[in-house]
Amino acid sequence: MSNPNSQEPNPKRPPQTDTKIVQDSYMAMVQRKRLYGGIVLLIFVLMMVSGFMVADSRNAGGFWDGLKNVGDYPADVLSEAWEQRAELPGYLFKFLPALIETINIAAVSTLVGVVAGFLLAMHGTRGLAYFPWAIPFVRRTTDIMRAVPEIVIALLLIFVLGGGPVPAVIAIAIHTAGAIGKLFSEVAENVDLKPVEGLSSVGANWTQRVLLGVLPQVAPNFLSYSLLRFEINIRASAILGFVGAGGLGYELRNAMSWGPGLFDEAAAIFILLFATIIFFDQLSSRYRNQLAEGKSA
Amino acid sequence: MTDINVQTIQSQAVTLIERKKFVAIAVPIAALVYFVYIAFSFDIIGLAERARLDNAITFASDSWSHKVHVTKSHRSGEIDYAIEGERKGRYPEGTRPEWVSGREIISVDLGDGHVVRFLPDNAMDYIIPGYGTFEAKFNGKTVDTNLGENVPDWINASDRRVALKTSNGRVTITRSKTEIFRYFPGWELFFFTLDSPYYGKSIADIVFGPRLDEARHNIAGAWSDFWGNPMWRHSDVLWAISETILMAFLGTFGAAIITLPLAFLAAKKFTPFRALRMAIRRVFDFLRGVDALIWTIVLSRAFGPGPLTGALAILITDTGTFGKIFSEALENVDDKQIQGVSSTGANPIQGYRFGVIPQVVPVLLSQVLYFFESNTRSATIIGAITGGGIGLMLTQAIQTQKDWEEVGYYIILIIIMVMFMDWASGLLRRQLIKGGES
Repeated sequence: MSNPNSQEPNPKRPPQTDTKIVQDSYMAMVQRKRLYGGIVLLIFVLMMVSGFMVADSRNAGGFWDGLKNVGDYPADVLSEAWEQRAELPGYLFKFLPALIETINIAAVSTLVGVVAGFLLAMHGTRGLAYFPWAIPFVRRTTDIMRAVPEIVIALLLIFVLGGGPVPAVIAIAIHTAGAIGKLFSEVAENVDLKPVEGLSSVGANWTQRVLLGVLPQVAPNFLSYSLLRFEINIRASAILGFVGAGGLGYELRNAMSWGPGLFDEAAAIFILLFATIIFFDQLSSRYRNQLAEGKSA
Repeated sequence: MTDINVQTIQSQAVTLIERKKFVAIAVPIAALVYFVYIAFSFDIIGLAERARLDNAITFASDSWSHKVHVTKSHRSGEIDYAIEGERKGRYPEGTRPEWVSGREIISVDLGDGHVVRFLPDNAMDYIIPGYGTFEAKFNGKTVDTNLGENVPDWINASDRRVALKTSNGRVTITRSKTEIFRYFPGWELFFFTLDSPYYGKSIADIVFGPRLDEARHNIAGAWSDFWGNPMWRHSDVLWAISETILMAFLGTFGAAIITLPLAFLAAKKFTPFRALRMAIRRVFDFLRGVDALIWTIVLSRAFGPGPLTGALAILITDTGTFGKIFSEALENVDDKQIQGVSSTGANPIQGYRFGVIPQVVPVLLSQVLYFFESNTRSATIIGAITGGGIGLMLTQAIQTQKDWEEVGYYIILIIIMVMFMDWASGLLRRQLIKGGES
């Protein structure tokens, strides 16, 4: 439609106006972006403030009153523990079996959960699954296992099996299998399938293909995740002990329900728990760093 | 020369393979030995004896079914009909289930030919297909039955108490009352309790039908009866779930807001003072190491039970975790962008705002969103300990040991809640990564 003869630039649109249009639209864009950012920030702040007010009003004690008393309980515990400090080593020794139980719960549930999670991951990954038609089903199972909080399964199993470490082990293992299953499956999706094909060409069965073709490729990564899980599971096993599943958490609840008088025992358990968590935290992060360096080297 | 080389390589390979063989055998053996030790340490054999499989069966059947209690008092002779035996599930005066009939002789049909009849003078009989008729009578002191010597194992009989458990229901006769349970699949009274005029009406009846309650509009009335359902407590459950999510929200984002400035102080690139850096890092380590359990206990002493305590426990633990993650992310920031911003004459604060924040925010926000999801699960657990949210409702329902259908309902809701948060946080994270790329 335009006139092919007109060679000169359109007199209505001199170059300066072009820059101005660009500048104007840029400024408008920045304004709009700022406005959106401001609105999002405002909504977020409103949500935080109103959420805090709701939580504060539904709490038994108010935030500002409580803030003054935060130090009271630790101070009581510490002062009583300090008065009875001669007893402390004895208590630390007394609760050693409970500590070992807590660590055992975490270790067994991590071992079982990692193996189960590995199998779930293998059966839930395209190219590796033994039954390819079952992949969606395996994945949904993994998702559900991951979504169930440990305490739900633990409380139900305590009702059936009675208190003790086994409900905690099963509960943590189920959650671990779900969490590890998802992480491992994400790693296994990026596996090089050539070794697997090579193994199957020489007649290897599924187990051999997975153990010899997949596992060596992903082992450092999986080991690193498993160590991280072990660290998380020690915390989980302490919490489950608190609802009746044995170990340090159980002793802690007993010591606490007595109130003043057994604060020295509570202090000993606090110390053991804190030391254990820090110890395994450091240990696992050191090994994980080693694994990460070994892989990149 | 090459010969020797080949030999050394060969011997190296042989020792390597030997070692791998050893490890391949030693690791499973070590695991096996450990499990044997655990089996003794955890007393697996004793556990098998202590386990209450009947409890498992109760949960498995009660969580998806409900029972209607028909109770006849031996003193007054009155008969009471109640769903789950609860006052809230009682049939109003003058009404009874349609499978109960008769005036002088009340007969309770349990289905498939099973019929229990209440006869005069505190007597009853139960026609059990494939067995015959069971008869019992309470004579004021003991319960007499027509059972001979051969008592089947599904009947538990003594002078004071007789209990029958058949495929279609249960009958218990004690000195004070005769009680019949009939089981039905499904969650009864999930929408309306029996005292609501909307009970048993279809959606079409409620929406298009005539007014069932003179005082109220149908839809509004049905909604308020459903919402205030005293058995399932829908509004309380929704509140509890919101409380749990609120705990996770306040804790996670509160921790992120507090940590961000502190993380600058803990990162080598932004804080040249080694002592300050180390001090802040030790604070983070301490917050993380004390663990949510201990924080929950300490805080619930000061703030009392409730969602705020849970939110603060999550906030404090996550401040430690975020401190580590954030400061590591800040160490890996690209210097060029900061230099570029400061070359235009920006002061250090502006340098952080425009040189650093745009680089790290997508990464950190995606981490925070990931923690938001996992903290929803933690909030359920912390709520069970500190008394707030859906975690508290679940523990209470389990502790009463009879509302198993509610336990099942809460578990399903918790799973849906966590999976929804997982999905929502994944969606936001993908949006964030996409936005970062474009």
